[in-house]
This record gives sequence, structure tokens and C-alpha cells, in this order.
Amino acid sequence: MPDPGLTLDGVVIRRDGRTLVDISDHVAPGEVLTVMGPSGSGKSTLLSYIIGTLDPGFEVTGRVILNSTDITDLAPEARQVGILFQDELLFPHLSVGENLAFGLRARVKGRAERMRRIEAALDEIGLGGFFHRDPETLSGGQKARVALMRMLLSGPKMLLLDEPFSRLDTERRDKIRALVFEQARAKGLPVLLVTHDHADADAAGGRVHRLE
Amino acid sequence: MPSRCETTTARSRFLPWAPLLTLGIMVGPVVAGVLGTLVPAFGYLPALGSDSFGLNAFVLLFDWPGVTRASVLSVTTGVAATALSLLLVTLICAAWSGSRAFRIIERMLSPLLSVPHAAAAFGLAFLIAPSGWIARATSPWLTGWDRPPDLLILQDPLGLSLIAGLVVKEVPFLLLMTLAALTQIRTTQTRDTALALGYPPVTAWFKTVFPRVYAQIRLPVYAVLAFSMTVVDVSLILGPTTPSTLSVQILKWMNDPDLSLRFLGSAAAVWQLALVIGTLILWRLAEVAIARLGRLWVTSGTRGGATRSIKALSLTAAILSASAIVFGILGLLVWSFAGFWSFPDLLPGGFTTRTWMRHAMNLWPVITETLIIASVSTLIALLLTLACLEAEERHGLKPSSRALWLLYVPLIVPQIAFLTGLQTLAIFTGIDGNRTAVIAVHVIFVLPYVFLSLADPFRAWDSRYGHVARALGAGCDGVLWRVRLPMLLRPILTAAAVGFAVSIGQFLPTLLAGAGRVQTLTTEAVALASGGDRRVIAVYALSQTAAAFLPFAVAVFVPDIVWRNRRGLRHA
Repeated sequence: MPDPGLTLDGVVIRRDGRTLVDISDHVAPGEVLTVMGPSGSGKSTLLSYIIGTLDPGFEVTGRVILNSTDITDLAPEARQVGILFQDELLFPHLSVGENLAFGLRARVKGRAERMRRIEAALDEIGLGGFFHRDPETLSGGQKARVALMRMLLSGPKMLLLDEPFSRLDTERRDKIRALVFEQARAKGLPVLLVTHDHADADAAGGRVHRLE
Repeated sequence: MPSRCETTTARSRFLPWAPLLTLGIMVGPVVAGVLGTLVPAFGYLPALGSDSFGLNAFVLLFDWPGVTRASVLSVTTGVAATALSLLLVTLICAAWSGSRAFRIIERMLSPLLSVPHAAAAFGLAFLIAPSGWIARATSPWLTGWDRPPDLLILQDPLGLSLIAGLVVKEVPFLLLMTLAALTQIRTTQTRDTALALGYPPVTAWFKTVFPRVYAQIRLPVYAVLAFSMTVVDVSLILGPTTPSTLSVQILKWMNDPDLSLRFLGSAAAVWQLALVIGTLILWRLAEVAIARLGRLWVTSGTRGGATRSIKALSLTAAILSASAIVFGILGLLVWSFAGFWSFPDLLPGGFTTRTWMRHAMNLWPVITETLIIASVSTLIALLLTLACLEAEERHGLKPSSRALWLLYVPLIVPQIAFLTGLQTLAIFTGIDGNRTAVIAVHVIFVLPYVFLSLADPFRAWDSRYGHVARALGAGCDGVLWRVRLPMLLRPILTAAAVGFAVSIGQFLPTLLAGAGRVQTLTTEAVALASGGDRRVIAVYALSQTAAAFLPFAVAVFVPDIVWRNRRGLRHA
């Protein structure tokens, strides 16, 4: 039976006997689940677990199911989980356009077609003509939009947001946040947001899960 | 970290074995070489018709009239050079770290480090010799000399010029190691706290920062000590001759056409190893004693002072030490183009390219050989280092601090002690005397430096770039080749330059593994030392310096060119 969305089925993460995360929940397409907790509470641990880069030193039980597919044991690159960190993490050795090309799936073939898709994506985030720019010369808001678009071009099936864009000023942050949620709703992606900031949680408007 | 990297391809199956292989390549030959020295030292070498153990070689060694003098020289020059270098480095750091002068010193480090020992020694010799630049600059108006004085400055019996030659080269090395240690332990806070408690800067540094720094640079200090006690090329140029230092004498015995002298040479190499081990133990005991005294000094609450004079003293010493190399190289340059040059003129009467022209034909094949050996050994070392570091990342094979000791094994066990053994093994297995043997031996010494140079930047890379790349669909290899290595271009090129310079500078390994048949710039330059033709020496020593320096220039400029439009990577 197809069950779209993200299911965390009895996920418990421990380290040295201490329980860091204990969560069971379902996030429907387009819905936002906010996970809140102070720093050191295991928020980032949960994200690492979902993208598949968790240190082997953790003891983990439970399953992660995405659109009826169990992705718990897949390699990170096979999961199609999009993530945005606190920092934009644009690859500094690539141009803005090459950063997007890194994200764009290889099944989009042909130089001209890939180029067209990237130009269109740049237009969409208001950065038309920025293909050859050095990412380091962009403003914080522009970098954030590139990071978002790079992730969306990889065709993710869900979004993970790790206190995204907390380095931006309040006004820019609101705009970027709105853009992210809008994109997620339009594409019907479940969103998991971890933060310690109530403003993030309020803006997301969804349910809130608290970690101690 | 990220597990879940495929291990199905041949390459990825190799990766977990990389650290073990690398250790084997570094430590294996050292162990084999020491055995190859020990066994003939005790009289067993069937190939030379001796198959019984005995102490004959040692009896011969201790009957040799020069043994006491040579042994004492080895210890005194080694300890003095190490202690002076360490003292100078700590004084500079204590008095100047964090200042603008210090940043200038930092920037001068790489070029100074890249100058090969032999070239620096020749440069120094050309400065301090009785007919050298210093005597010329002060004659006759100050000294009254109108011909070179009959003084034994070079190759003086006490080894003072040898010590000076070692200090000018070891100071940059120890300073680099100290800087790396300083960035690892956050020192500003500690020092500021001590300043607030009323301690002047130098005392504050010695009381709060130095103990932790020394713990970090202990291994490099041991390497400097072992190296200084047993160095051959610098000693051939600057060291005393009757008798010479022990390591030089061992080389003479090992290269003697009379093969029976190999027993004596091996015994002397074992004795040299024992001297180094004994001196290291004494040094360690001195550390404990000084630590105990230091503890009393720290708890005494004395604030000390003299900041100003220590600042002046250390800066003068640092400038002197750096100038010895800089003016030494300049001196080589002038000599290589010098026409007729009479004493006490400061500059030659005329400049000519004759010396360069005359030796160009001989120089080219030697340069080519040198560059081939350096490139291949550096490439091998770089690949092994990257494989180790990537294995550490993918499979969590992080080396313990004990494994770090192993990295220093080829740097602390004296070259003369295990290379002679390796040579003995090589001769009787017939694999010596070609380029491959030389490259293999160079890798042993290039590897530790490349690893030490690259490990920190590689580990300091923000792994979230890797997480992002993988979430975007890149595999482990994709992350490595498309993201991590390009971002680390600068430190990778720097590590390669360091490896290159190390290979260029190798004298004893080239001579012994090549059985005298493989000629590099270093072996040729040192061989010219006894001839005393300054113009030719200058040509070879300068070529050697240029070969070692060029890769550093490449490591600085290539990233600037490749990343000219990437601000995020330009001044990493």
C-alpha cells in the first residue's frame, strides 16, 4: 500500500548508553515537522542518521521509510534526501552554475539541455546571468538561494533543514524560509526542520517534536 | 566517518590496507637495514667468507685512534646544534608570537626550509671562510688583512662551523613544527590570562605555553638531534677532518674497495646507533630535570622581566640565522658568475657566464636524474598519504599516538645506521646501484614529511561539504575527486613541494642505494667539496637550491592562478 511521505518508525539513537533521540512520527507530503531542542540535544545526530552519514559509534534502532521505500540501509547518495545546513556550503572551487550542475541529476543529458535547465533555475531564484560567478562574491541571501536550488535540482524526495540560514539577518531569513516552504509544498515534499529558534518553528506552522 | 562506502572495486578494497602498507614501506626497510648492519658488525657475512659471530670488528673499531674524538664530536655537535636551534626557536616564539614581525618570519619559512642542507652549508662556508665574504667585507680597513688569513675557520676541530651550519637549517624546521603546535593548542587565551596576572609576555609564554608546545614538538626535536649527530653531507663540507665525525668515517669505510672494512664500518654504525640512543635517553632525562626545575620556577610566582632584551636578542639571532642562508645563496650566485676575484675585493672584477656554460653539458643529465627521482618518490608518497587519510575517513582507521611515533622512525633512526645495512643487503641481492633502488629509499624519507604536511589540512576539511555532496547524489569517490581534492589543491601542492625538497636534499640515501652510480645534484655538489673550485661548487649548489625551491613557487602560484576567480580558496 503506497504511503507517501516520511515515516520515522521507532527511531532511537544512543551513545554510550545515553538516549539522544527517540522519535516515531509520520510527515505527509508538503507537511513540516519541527524538531526542537537545545544545542547538544541530538538534533544534528538525527539529521546525520536520516542522510546516512552517522558515525558508526552510535547505537541505532528503528527504520526510516520514505514514500514506502525503506532507506535505512541505503548509501547516502542513493537516498534522495535533500539537506540544507546552517551554512550554505557552496563548493568554493566551482562557479555558481557549476554548483547547480553538481546537483542536477545526470539523467538530464546533453550539455545544451543541462545548461538550459541551470539558466532557468538561476532565473527562478532571481540570479539570471550568475552562472560564472564565484560563489564567494554573492551576498548571504543569494548564497542561500543557490544552496536551495542546488538541492532541489538533485530531485530530492524530502527536505531536511538544519537550522537553515541562521546566519542571515531576520528579514532575509523570513524570505528564504518562505521560499523553501513554498517550494516544498509545490513539489509535495515532506520537510523535517531542526532548530532551537521558536521563530523557525512558528514560521513552519506544523507540529513540533521536542528533544530533551 | 561515513561508512557505507562501497568496497567492491579493486581500488576500494585496497583502501583499508593503505595504512598498513604505508607503515610497512617506512618501517620495514629501517628494521631490515638495522639488522643488515647488526649482523655483519658481529662478524657474520657469509658472502665475504665470514660465517661465525664475534666481536673482532668492535675490537678494531676501539683500536682505531680516532674513535674517542669522532664519538665525542658526534655527541657534542649534535647536542649543541639541537639545543641552540631549540633555544632560538622558543625565544623567537616567546618574544614575538602574534606580532607583525612574527608574521614576516612565518612567511620567510618555506623558502628557507626548501634550501637543501648541502647548499646552505656551502653558502655558509663561502661566507665565513678566511677568504669568504665576511672577511672581505671587513678587510683590510678593520682587520688589516690583505691576503686571506691562515685561520682554520671551516672544518675547525671543535666542529663549531658544523654546528652553525646545522643550526641555520634546523631553526626553520623546528619553527615550522612549533607553529603547527601553536595552532593546535589555543595559546592566546592562556597567555592573556598570565598577562592579566602580571606576568610580562616572555615569562608568560615560557610558564604557560611552552610546556604544552614542547610536548607537541618532542618528536621533531628528537629527529633533529638524531639527524645532527649523524649528518654526513653537511659534515663533509663544514665538519672537522682529522678525525672527521663518526658518520663520515663510517661512510669512508663502507665505500672502501677493501670489502673487509665493511665489518668495521658496520660495527661503527652500530656504535653510532648506540650513541644516538644513549644521547636521546640523556636528553629525555634532561627534559625531566628541566621540567622539575621549571615547575619550581612556575610556582615561585616570580614575574621575571627582561622582555625587551630577550626580544632584541632573539630577533637579532633570527635575522642572523636567516641571513646566513640568504647571503650564503647570494654568495653562491656571485661565485657562479665570478670572473677574476682577488682578495679582499668585495665583488669580482668581472662577471661571466663561463662557468655555467662549461658545466651545462654535465649538468643537464644530473638535473634530469634528480628531477625524475624526486617526482616519482614524491608521487608515490603523495598517493600513499592520500590513501591513508582517505582510509582513515572512510573506515575510521585513525592512527593512535603510538602510530605517530612510527612515522618518525625513519627520521629518528640515523640514516647511517640502517642505510649501510640496506646497502649490504642490496649488494648481495644484486638490487643496488640503479634509479629504482634510489627512488625506493627516497620514499622512506619523503613519506613522513608529506604525511605530516598534509594530514592536518586534510583532516581540518569541513566534512559537511562531503555530506552535502553525497546528499546531492555523489558517491564516496565522487566526493573525494570532485570536491575534497580540488578544495585541498593548495595543501596538496605544498605537501608535494615539501616531499620534492626532501628528495632533492638526500645525500646518503642516494649515495648508498645508488652505489655511487646514480648521480644527483646533491651527490655531485658534495663530491665537489673536496676539490675546492668555488665556481663549480656554486653552480651545482645553486642548481640544487633552484630544483628544491621551484616546487614551492609552484605550490604558491598555481592555486592562485587556478582559483583566481574563487575568493574562497585563494588565501586558504
